[in-house]
Amino acid sequence: MMLSILGFEFFRNAVAAGLMASIVCGIIGSFVIVKRLVSLSGGLAHAAFGGVGLGYFLGVDPFLGAAGFTLAIALLIGTIREKFGQYMETLTGVVWAAGMATGILFIALTPGYAPELFGFLFGNILLIPSEDLIIMGILALGILLIVTAGFNQLVAVTFDEEYARVMNLPVTALLLLLLMLIAFSVIVLLRVVGIILVIALLTIPPAIAREYSGSMRSMMCLSVLAAAGCTIGGLFLSYVMNVPSGATIILLATLGYGLMLFERWMAGRRTQGAAG
Amino acid sequence: MNGPVIELESVSCLLSGRTVLDAVDLKVREGDLYAVIGPNGGGKTTLLKVILGLLPASSGTVRVFGTDPRKARSRIGYVPQYRTFDFRYPLTVEEMVLSGRLGLVPGLVRRFSEKDRKAARKALERTAILHLSRRPICDLSGGEQQRAIIARALVGEPDLLILDEPMVYVDMPTELQLFDMLKALKDEMTVLLVTHDIGAISTNVTRVACLNGKIFTHDTSEISEEMLTAAYHCPVDLIAHGIPHRVFRDHGRVG
Repeated sequence: MMLSILGFEFFRNAVAAGLMASIVCGIIGSFVIVKRLVSLSGGLAHAAFGGVGLGYFLGVDPFLGAAGFTLAIALLIGTIREKFGQYMETLTGVVWAAGMATGILFIALTPGYAPELFGFLFGNILLIPSEDLIIMGILALGILLIVTAGFNQLVAVTFDEEYARVMNLPVTALLLLLLMLIAFSVIVLLRVVGIILVIALLTIPPAIAREYSGSMRSMMCLSVLAAAGCTIGGLFLSYVMNVPSGATIILLATLGYGLMLFERWMAGRRTQGAAG
Repeated sequence: MNGPVIELESVSCLLSGRTVLDAVDLKVREGDLYAVIGPNGGGKTTLLKVILGLLPASSGTVRVFGTDPRKARSRIGYVPQYRTFDFRYPLTVEEMVLSGRLGLVPGLVRRFSEKDRKAARKALERTAILHLSRRPICDLSGGEQQRAIIARALVGEPDLLILDEPMVYVDMPTELQLFDMLKALKDEMTVLLVTHDIGAISTNVTRVACLNGKIFTHDTSEISEEMLTAAYHCPVDLIAHGIPHRVFRDHGRVG
């Protein structure tokens, strides 16, 4: 009887969005975890708010504004790091706050009020407009194609940047590509869990998967499964309990992370017991 | 006959205002097993990075296989000292070794072919870790990790192998096995290794130099007291005692 809600278009859209988000965060999140770009991803997600504000101000679709703005910031960060030798962490701090500030400023400058602001900040998987779903689908497909084609090189450059340089791989271009892919992922996840919670979905499922993976491929597959469990499970739970979907998804993922830690602790005790 | 494999002419290198390499001349010839020894901070890693084209020389000329280091890289296998990567990266041993061939794989997508996999198996065999090929790299012991890194350097079938402190992470028996391996490799490729541990220099090296900012060498396999004193600024017996392979001629106590 609970499945009857699948008859509603808004709910089917939500499930589609959840699955797309899962694929994206499983694949790109795995790179984020192994290359330790978690805080950078958080920074890009918050920078997206600048694009939302700019969108309202210019009268462009704020979701498109966020997409363009985040991509531009990702390329800017990559270039500044390369040219000025700044730490990624420093740049993260700058764009994190500067992006939010830009958003606040432009929203204040825009006459009237911004109706969907809350949705951008906290996400609402149940209220994703169909046009945005199409944008998400195109981005997700793009991510999938790019990662499939560049898989070997992306793994090589995230595993050992210096050796990739010794092998004459286009390291700078590959790192920029990775930042672009993270920006795309942030946009796909934005509608699902919101700017503030994107970082959790890019981090938690791959972090769980990593503990059970001996290769990048298996880590990505497990991450997608873990993320799908969280998003779809969280979607149903939030609908049934009538609570915000983004927060439910994230808390479900956090619970999964806790269970993983507990399982690892138990496994550690078992092997210790066997050894002793 | 071909020219030298590596040729440095009065190469200096400044890193954040400090002269790390000071007018270094170095000539490594085909078939050499060349060892550069020197204290920590003596510029050994910097020297290798200049040879690999990872760092620009502030002055002087660097030629590898008679050309710019960046162009020569595809013929070089490199065993770095500092773990610039994390062994917890989800990768199997075979995948890690295979990744060392990526520079040789043509095309935008760079898919590995059967030839690449064959080369990986061969490299794993040479380093005696073929049985570990399906294992995640995080399960390897220190010695096995070092073998995997060497296998990655060998997988591209290089003409020049460069090793930075290859014995740092391994225990004594593994160290001896690694030396046997280098000895076998010497017939196929030129080898350049740097180390701060004189004990690591076996009698198989063909040439030795001491590096401490400046370089000191007789262009032979002999380490003389004056080379060491010049490079280390300390009495030789402090570093010469208790070493497994004695490369010194008998010498009296210094000081």
